[in-house]
Amino acid sequence: MLEIKDLHANINGKEILKGINLTIRPGEVHAIMGPNGSGKSTLSAVLVGNPAYKVTHGSITFYGKDLLQLSPEDRSHEGIFLSFQYPVEIPGVSMVNFMRTAVNEHRKYKGQPPLSASEFLKLMREKRAIVELDNKLANRFVNEGFSGGEKKRNEIFQMAMLEPRLSILDETDSGLDIDALRIVAEGVNKLKTPETSTIVITHYQRLLDYIKPDIVHVLYKGQIVRTAGPELALELERKGYDWIKEEVGE
Amino acid sequence: MKAEKQYIDIFTLYEDTICRLSAEPLNTPRAKAFADFKHLGFPTRKDEKYKYTDIRSLFEPDYGLNLNRLDIPVNPYEVFKCDVPNMSTALHFIVNDVFYNKVPAASSMHLPQGVIVGSLKETAKENPQIVKPFYAKLANTANDAITAINTMFAQDGLFIYVPDNTIIEKPIQIINILRSDVNFMANRRILIIMGENARAQLLLCDHAMDNVNFLATQVSEIYVGRGATLHLYELEETHTSSVRLANCHVWQEENSNVLLNGITLHNGTTRNTTQVTLNGPHAELGFYGMAIADKNQHVDNNTFVDHAASDCTSNELFKYVLDEHATGAFAGLALVRPGAQHTHSQQTNRNLCATREARMWTQPQLEIYADDVKCSHGATVGQLDENALFYMRTRGISEREARLLLMFAFVNEVIDHIRMDALKDRLHLLVEKRFRGELNKCQGCAICK
Repeated sequence: MLEIKDLHANINGKEILKGINLTIRPGEVHAIMGPNGSGKSTLSAVLVGNPAYKVTHGSITFYGKDLLQLSPEDRSHEGIFLSFQYPVEIPGVSMVNFMRTAVNEHRKYKGQPPLSASEFLKLMREKRAIVELDNKLANRFVNEGFSGGEKKRNEIFQMAMLEPRLSILDETDSGLDIDALRIVAEGVNKLKTPETSTIVITHYQRLLDYIKPDIVHVLYKGQIVRTAGPELALELERKGYDWIKEEVGE
Repeated sequence: MKAEKQYIDIFTLYEDTICRLSAEPLNTPRAKAFADFKHLGFPTRKDEKYKYTDIRSLFEPDYGLNLNRLDIPVNPYEVFKCDVPNMSTALHFIVNDVFYNKVPAASSMHLPQGVIVGSLKETAKENPQIVKPFYAKLANTANDAITAINTMFAQDGLFIYVPDNTIIEKPIQIINILRSDVNFMANRRILIIMGENARAQLLLCDHAMDNVNFLATQVSEIYVGRGATLHLYELEETHTSSVRLANCHVWQEENSNVLLNGITLHNGTTRNTTQVTLNGPHAELGFYGMAIADKNQHVDNNTFVDHAASDCTSNELFKYVLDEHATGAFAGLALVRPGAQHTHSQQTNRNLCATREARMWTQPQLEIYADDVKCSHGATVGQLDENALFYMRTRGISEREARLLLMFAFVNEVIDHIRMDALKDRLHLLVEKRFRGELNKCQGCAICK
């Protein structure tokens, strides 16, 4: 479904990604690990079309479409979703208004009529339950005054509403206590189908105890330096990243 | 002095007509206003108070005046059908600067005994003793040329009197219609007297019906007695060749409570000068304003909150959204006079410039001459939050919709201070239409459609 070939990208002229190659098939869960500053978040930003990053070389295709030619909103319509590491607060815009606009724009893209108010509220209620998101939060402004855990749960709630084909979880575990981590991970697992794929970006094994990866990659200095099964994550947890740095010649 | 000369000539020539077709309390201050006007001349950008709006150039063109009070062939009650649910207001019209007196029975709702809502001219004729002590007292012609020229030419307008301890439950709506086949100037006058513990809500809407150039001056004098409450909403929805120059003076006595909410939804050139004097202790003022402007529209709000007594509170918030080549200005002065202890004064002006060409000038000022007070002010000019825009786009919301949501959220803060639910709901809709570009010209009273 997703094919990244020799991807190079920079921000403000500084090259961060230096030739990423990655293929993801439907139903797969990929974990991307790596030390700070290796380019993990840059990869997720480039996938969703953050205008701050410039792709200088390479290609990304998603179900045969050239992703780099699509606007961020059309990437979303095509089924790509990013759970932000730092969800953005939008004072004055209510969650209900925000989600209704998003859902209806998705429906418009698919040629479906907008949901009625009652249909929409019913959908919200169903999806909210998946991440145990309080009704009060749904009536507040987007992410404003939400705790760290609430923000992350709100990301997964949005994912549930939009039903993406590829979800990218960018350090969704950061800032979560054990209970919140469990709720978020269970939410992600409930939403999983044999057709949908997930990229989990994380530093730690603990999220991968809940969301089991099929394939684990290590990103270092803008390149994927190692790819293996889930046992690689356990090995990293035990030994840290230094041995990988040594292996790639430092 | 070309701009001044034509008005000096007209006044000299028509003074008798103006006076004959008005009333004695309105005629008394004309001579002084004329002398003041000749002395002052129109302000230009060199005058500190008017440095963001060149008043003289606005008066230079030739406008028609209806000094002979000819009947304007329009029945506003037929043109404007009010069907806003739950608004159920008492509805009155001012056509140009003439209070429209042919009120159908349905609109003259039952007002409590002693309340007057009507023509300033007629009231001044019938009950000069009510009008005279208040007319042209707050609005000093020696300080301001717009007030002077309005006082020279004004022959009629709105008069509202609410006696002591009288409560008007339903809002009163006044619609100003600019209606003319030629370029036209209207000089209207508003006088509102709220007795002790009186209560009223008032909605004033400005509309321009015809595709000609309009210049409207409006001078309002509003007295709010001890313990009285007045909510005053002003909504401008005119067209791009309209000029609105409005000077408003509010006088608040002890324990009174005033809410002012001024909304410029669509206009040409607008200058609102508002002065509120908190003259008795424990008076409260909520002062809100909002402007949405694009094309070459210009909105200038000049406010002065005068804390002249102790223990008063003023909360001021003005927000502007400027798109395309629009220009905006806000100058706000809060003055805390000696002895006005325990003053709480807050002033905020926030502005969004959606393009590089849009311009905003903001000038918050605070002068404090008392030591036990709590005052703050702040002003910002910025763009839409890029991070929020991107976040919304990753959820499939188009850039256009995302911008609309953010702009709407920005001005919502001002709309939320409206305490008239029907108007609040209506404004949410109108503002959305405005941002979507569906409200490009005045289509009559949008409140009523």
